[in-house]
Formats: sequence, structure tokens, C-alpha cells
Amino acid sequence: MDGTRVREWEARCVEEQAPACAASCPVHVDARAMLAHLAQGRFRQAYEVYARAIPLPSIISHLCHHPCESACLRAQAGDPLRIHLLERACVAFGRTDIPLRTQRPSKRGRVAIVGAGISGLTAAIDLYTKGHDVTVFEAAAALLPRLCLLGEQTLPAAVIEADLARVRESRMALRLSETVDLARLDGLLADFDAIYLAPGNGPRPDLAGWLDLDDKQRPIVDPLTFATSHPAVFAGGRLRHGDDGAPILSVHDGRYAALSIDRALQGASLTANRDNQGAYASRLYVDTSRHPAAPALPPDIGDAYGAEQAQKEAARCFPCHCLECVRVCPYLEHYGSHPKRYIREIYNNDSIVMGQHKSNRMVDSCMLCGLCAAVCPNQVSMADVCLEARQSMVDKGKMPPSHHEFALRDMAFSQGEAFALLRHQPGRRQSRYLFFPGCQLSASAPQHVLQIYAHLCATLEGGVGLMLGCCGAPARWAGREDLFAANLENLRAQWASFDQPRLITACSTCLRAFKDLDAAPAVESLWTVLEREGLPPRAASAPPVSDYAIHDPCTARQETAVQDSVRRLLDRLGVAHHELGAPGLGTCCGFGGLASFVNPEVADKVVDRRADEDPADYLAYCAMCRDNFARRGKRAVHLLDLIFGAAADPAERADPGFSRRQENRARLKTELLRDLWQEATPTRAARPDLSIADDVRADLERKWILEEDVRQVVRHAENGGARLIDPDSGHVIASYRPAAITYWVEYAIEDGRCVVYRGYSHRMEVGDTP
Amino acid sequence: MKIDPGNGLKLLCAQCRLPLVSAPVTVRYLGQAFPVELPRCPQCGYTYVPEDLATGKMLQVEQALEDK
Repeated sequence: MDGTRVREWEARCVEEQAPACAASCPVHVDARAMLAHLAQGRFRQAYEVYARAIPLPSIISHLCHHPCESACLRAQAGDPLRIHLLERACVAFGRTDIPLRTQRPSKRGRVAIVGAGISGLTAAIDLYTKGHDVTVFEAAAALLPRLCLLGEQTLPAAVIEADLARVRESRMALRLSETVDLARLDGLLADFDAIYLAPGNGPRPDLAGWLDLDDKQRPIVDPLTFATSHPAVFAGGRLRHGDDGAPILSVHDGRYAALSIDRALQGASLTANRDNQGAYASRLYVDTSRHPAAPALPPDIGDAYGAEQAQKEAARCFPCHCLECVRVCPYLEHYGSHPKRYIREIYNNDSIVMGQHKSNRMVDSCMLCGLCAAVCPNQVSMADVCLEARQSMVDKGKMPPSHHEFALRDMAFSQGEAFALLRHQPGRRQSRYLFFPGCQLSASAPQHVLQIYAHLCATLEGGVGLMLGCCGAPARWAGREDLFAANLENLRAQWASFDQPRLITACSTCLRAFKDLDAAPAVESLWTVLEREGLPPRAASAPPVSDYAIHDPCTARQETAVQDSVRRLLDRLGVAHHELGAPGLGTCCGFGGLASFVNPEVADKVVDRRADEDPADYLAYCAMCRDNFARRGKRAVHLLDLIFGAAADPAERADPGFSRRQENRARLKTELLRDLWQEATPTRAARPDLSIADDVRADLERKWILEEDVRQVVRHAENGGARLIDPDSGHVIASYRPAAITYWVEYAIEDGRCVVYRGYSHRMEVGDTP
Repeated sequence: MKIDPGNGLKLLCAQCRLPLVSAPVTVRYLGQAFPVELPRCPQCGYTYVPEDLATGKMLQVEQALEDK
């Protein structure tokens, strides 16, 4: 896989972007996580989230001007969360007085903090906990001298004391009533490796000569690193912001200056990896319209929340997530994460040289239906990611053979002698049109192919040729671009040999395959043709009585003209119908991308969820969609069922299953050749005649064993091949390995018929005695 | 690896008319070989793979090897 493209895909997924509250906070308090704990009544954990970002939690929870509330997206559905009051509730009900712990830095430094205000103490605490020797110089007789003057009303002394206790208990040197003579900065630098200047607001002409000053006599400070012109001196706080600076900005400066000082002491880069430092606008997309409006809850104990009220207010948080794709796709939901992670996981899976490729099945379980991209604010397509990963797996020889072999064998059947066909319209030597019904309509409802072909021949001028085959979509989905391209080239050559007639496809997957070709042939959907040229006359006579919900196939997602034609055809048939959500935004039926062969559990979830969206009978215009609904017990009809009518209830028609699909294709070709072109074909020997109970047949389908596979085993055994006898039942148990799979069948010949009791297979080859 | 032979040891080889016996054989997949004991005809060597083995342990090993 292309690493550059992978990084581009990852960057487009916004789910890991910070929520608006955290992004707008200068020190990124994770209010979303904090509120999630609060909503569950976990006050201590909520406090820990808060205290991780805020080293003076009691004080800041009182003083912060909460920019998070202005950014909160709850405002679009009610009122913003009262995050400020909730922070106070965290402190009130969750505070833990754990002493400041220190880490062991690789290089321990001596740091002087000049000024014991919010900024200075924040830096002091951060550097102390990183393991440095910290000395705090304060000219006044107390820590946080300015805050002490705010008064009990604004900031009770007990609140200040709550935060200062652990500073006093630490091993930090607190040198109060000590003025640092900044005119003698060299003296200070002799004793310390780094200095953080946070002496408060005001010009500092005394620093002239030591540091570069601006026109207001303040040190020039780099806004990212808080570095001054001297490599060991950093500065911030109200020295930078003035008296208007909010307390949270002082926290911000102290926090990030400490980060720079630590990096300087470790000899690390001051500027690396500092994106999104400070407040910024998040790119996280949140659809707020899906949440009903909810007003903020008022404080219930004076101007504060009691524990219960805080819990209720926190529960108003959505919380903010994108997850637009995960919400609509059972496959993306199944693996428990979101595209950014999946993309990384898939790329890592692709890059492994030795060891288990743990994500192979995940890569091959995507339906490639493109719904994720259609609903994503940045059009991130897991289909593109998974398809490229599959192609890479094939290129490296790492595609598990069992994943797509059955589907590719089915495709080969459709390309082979048993089904493939090319003919001009009977009695014609030229074709202005070429009808390509595709492999699945022919497999599901061969009589509809006969009927619609007859109608096209009767309606269109200039001759309608017929081409039977497969468009090769299974090969593309399996990552086999070689097979896909070779097949299309073959079809293109056949089309060219008929003097490039206009192609008409009954299947939107085929339509897309032809349209995606370089120098694509003129191709059109059967449904737009029928809308323009007219329906068969008998169709309108017996409109079925039902109000159908329309399921558009995923491969017609972009084909709005086709979608519109289908709806107008239904109107013309007098059939009531309604939408299943927006036409281009439906989920796959579960067949797309060959997911059902690799991960039947996920594919069934997909079709079941789609089936549950509406109690009405579904109308499909892809044979595979219709059959998949039928397979899962959802009543569904194909558009051609309505056009041609049916004696029995067409919504009750069972999924033919894979064995019958191949038989139907073969029979269709035989009948067409015999009835339209008067060509006799040798009938294929379907011997022995099998008798299979419904439950055994379903079990064989589930195990991807075709009846023809069973016949091969029985023929082999009955022609003298090795076989076993179960003396209890008298049944024969035999095996045959035509290629890469060994099939086992238990059977008995009864009245000339072969009764099949069970079948199973394995890919391992049994060898000789070692 | 010891394998539960299921009903394998009750089965008769149709050609040799002999009951199967447990015997060491090698199973192979994707270039890897594993020694196992399976019910086998003592005369012609036809070897039975019980369904539980094919759809259980054997399938697991196949899938693990495919993901290598």
C-alpha cells in the first residue's frame, strides 16, 4: 500500500480530533471525558481528568472564564453544558489530596521560578513532578499573593489553601519575601540551569542588557516555546498578557514554558510536536441535529450544583463524536473502532513481513459499497482502503486462498462454456444494441431474462444482440485486477466484434464495470431504456397490491438517472412505493465486496439491519439484493417480478442458493440456444441424480459446497475410487480432491438415486505416513 | 497430535474390507506439514478425516497458516 496515500486517508478521518470543549481550552481540559465520568456519578475519576490538565484545580475551577462553554456544541440543541459549574462539582465531590509525585528525568536540572503566581506555580508543579530541583522566588510574604486579595466572595481562602497544601508539603524550595535582582541575572544563572520569569504584569527595564525587550520594556517571548533571547531563560504569565490576561492563560504559559524548560534540560527540540498547543478550532464533525434539544439545569445549592444535579447536567453531554460512517455500517461497527484506526491497522497488516496478518479478515469483510464515503464529511472511503489492501495482499501472495476462491470459481463458471454466449438477434446479422443481463439475474430468475430480451427485441430498432457472461466484479472485489481486466478485455473484444453496439445492462454492478473502462463503450441501464422505450403491454394489467419500500443497490449509489427511472417505472405500473431513507444513502445487501464469503456473520448483520428498516415488502432492482433479502426471510420482489407479474407471490420466492444459480445459468443458455437460435447443445450430464433434504442442502450451502462438488465425489467413489462403509448405517463415506479442496460426502444409493446425508470439506492435504 | 477418531475406527475400507486403524500420517497446507494420527486403512492407506476435525482444529490451523 502507498504510505503517502494511507497518511492522507488517516488525516481525513476526524473522529480522533478533540471535541470543541477541549480544543477551545488553552490547556485542553478533556471535558468530554470528565462529563462522561460525572454522568455516571464517578466524581473521583472526573476530578482526576480535570486535575491532569489543571495543577491548581480548586482555584481554577473558581476563576476560569470557561471558553469551553462558548464552544460547546450543545448550544445548537439547547444550552451549552455548564462545564464551569461541573468542574467545581468535580472538585467539591471528587477531590483527592494526593501528594505531588515526582518522576525520574534522564537529566535532572535546577530551575528557578521567579514569581509565585498562577503561572509560576503551574510551571513549578509541572517541573517538580518531572523530577527537577525547583526553587520558587516570591517577593511577597505568601504564595499567590494577588489571589489572596480577591476576597472571600470571589475566592475563599480555604479554596486557595486546598491547592497550596501539597505545594508546601513538597520538597520544592519556597523562598518567600525574597526579591530577585534581575539586573544581576548572571548571578541567578550561576546557580540554576534554567529560569522561568513570571513576576506578574509590568515593564522590566531591569532586564535590559540581559534579554531583548519590546517597546514596552517587556521581554520578547516566543509564543510557542516561551523562550526569550537567552537560551536558559523563559518567561510568561501576566508579564506577557497584562492584567487582562485570564487565569487560564497563566496556566497555559506556565504549563508550556515548563515543557520547554524540561526539553531544554533534556537537550530535546523545543519546537517539535507542538501542533495544537493552546486554544484552536477542532475539525471534529458532529451532527447536532440528531440530538433533541435539552436546556441547561440550574444550580440547586446556592450558585453551585449538588452531586445529583451535577450528574444530571453532565448527562446532557452528547458526547461529541463524528462516527457518521460507523453509525450506518454494521461492518465498521463490528470491529469496535473508527476508520482512522482501521486504516492504520490495515496499513500495519500490509507492512508485516513475518508473523500473523491479523487484519486480513477485516480487510476482506468490507462490502466496498461506499456508503461510508457518502456520509463522511471528508469522503473517507473504507472501500478504497480495503480494495487497495486486497490488491496488495494479492500482489504479495498473502491473500488467504479460502476467502474468495468459491466466488471466483462461480465467476469462472459464468465466463465458461456453460453460460457465456454471444449472438445477434435471431434472424439478424447486425446489432445496434447488445443486451448483457449479467450473471446474477440469469442465476436468480432466468425466465425474466427470456422475457425482457424478447421485449427488447420487439421494441428496439436495429437488432438487439445478446451477450451472456460475468462483468468480473467478483475478481475486482477479490483484489484480482489481473482477472478483472482480462475478463473485461474479453467482453470488450466480443462487443467490438459486433461493431460496437450500445450496451444495455440489467445489473448496476455490470453498468459500473463497463462505465469504469478506459474509452468506455456506450452503455445504459435496462431501467432507463425501459422508461424511454416503454414497458411490455401486459405488465400494467395486474399491478400487485403492496406499498413497496425501494432498496437501491449500492452499485447504483451514484446513478441518480437509474434511481429516478426505477421510480417512474413503478408509477407507470401503478405500484405504490416509498423510500428507505435517501436513495443514494442505503446500506449494501451484504453481498457487495464478497463480504458474505469471508465473514457471513457481518454480512448477515448488514442485510438484517437493512431488512429491519421498514416492515413493508422491499423492491430491489438487483437480483442479488432481492435474493439476499429472501435468504434472510425478508419479503422482497425484483422490479421484473412486477413488470412481468407472477402466478405465485413473488415476495415469497426463495433464494435459489449457489448450486441452483449455476444450474439456472446453464439452463438459460440451453433454452435460449434451442428456442431462439434453433441450436442444439449437448446436455450437461448432471449425474448421479441427487436427493438432498432441505436441511442438508442448507448445510452444504453454508459450507460453500455445490451439488456439483457432491456429484464429483460420488462419481469418483462409484467409479472405483476409495471409499468407506459405515457398518451401522450402511452409508458410504467418500472423498475427492478435484483441486485445492477435499470434499467428503456421506451418501447411500437408494432406488437408483443418490441420497446425500452430509458433506464437508477441508483444504489440508492428507499425505502418507511420515 | 492425537486426534479424536470419532466413529472412524468403526468404518470399513470398502475395497480392502478391513476396519480402519489409528495411524500416523502427515497433513500439509501452504508448505507446512504436521504429523497427526488418523483412522487409516492398514492395507491401501486410505485415510479418513472426521468432520469434527475438518471443521474444527483443521480449519483453525488452515486459517492461521493463511494469515501467516
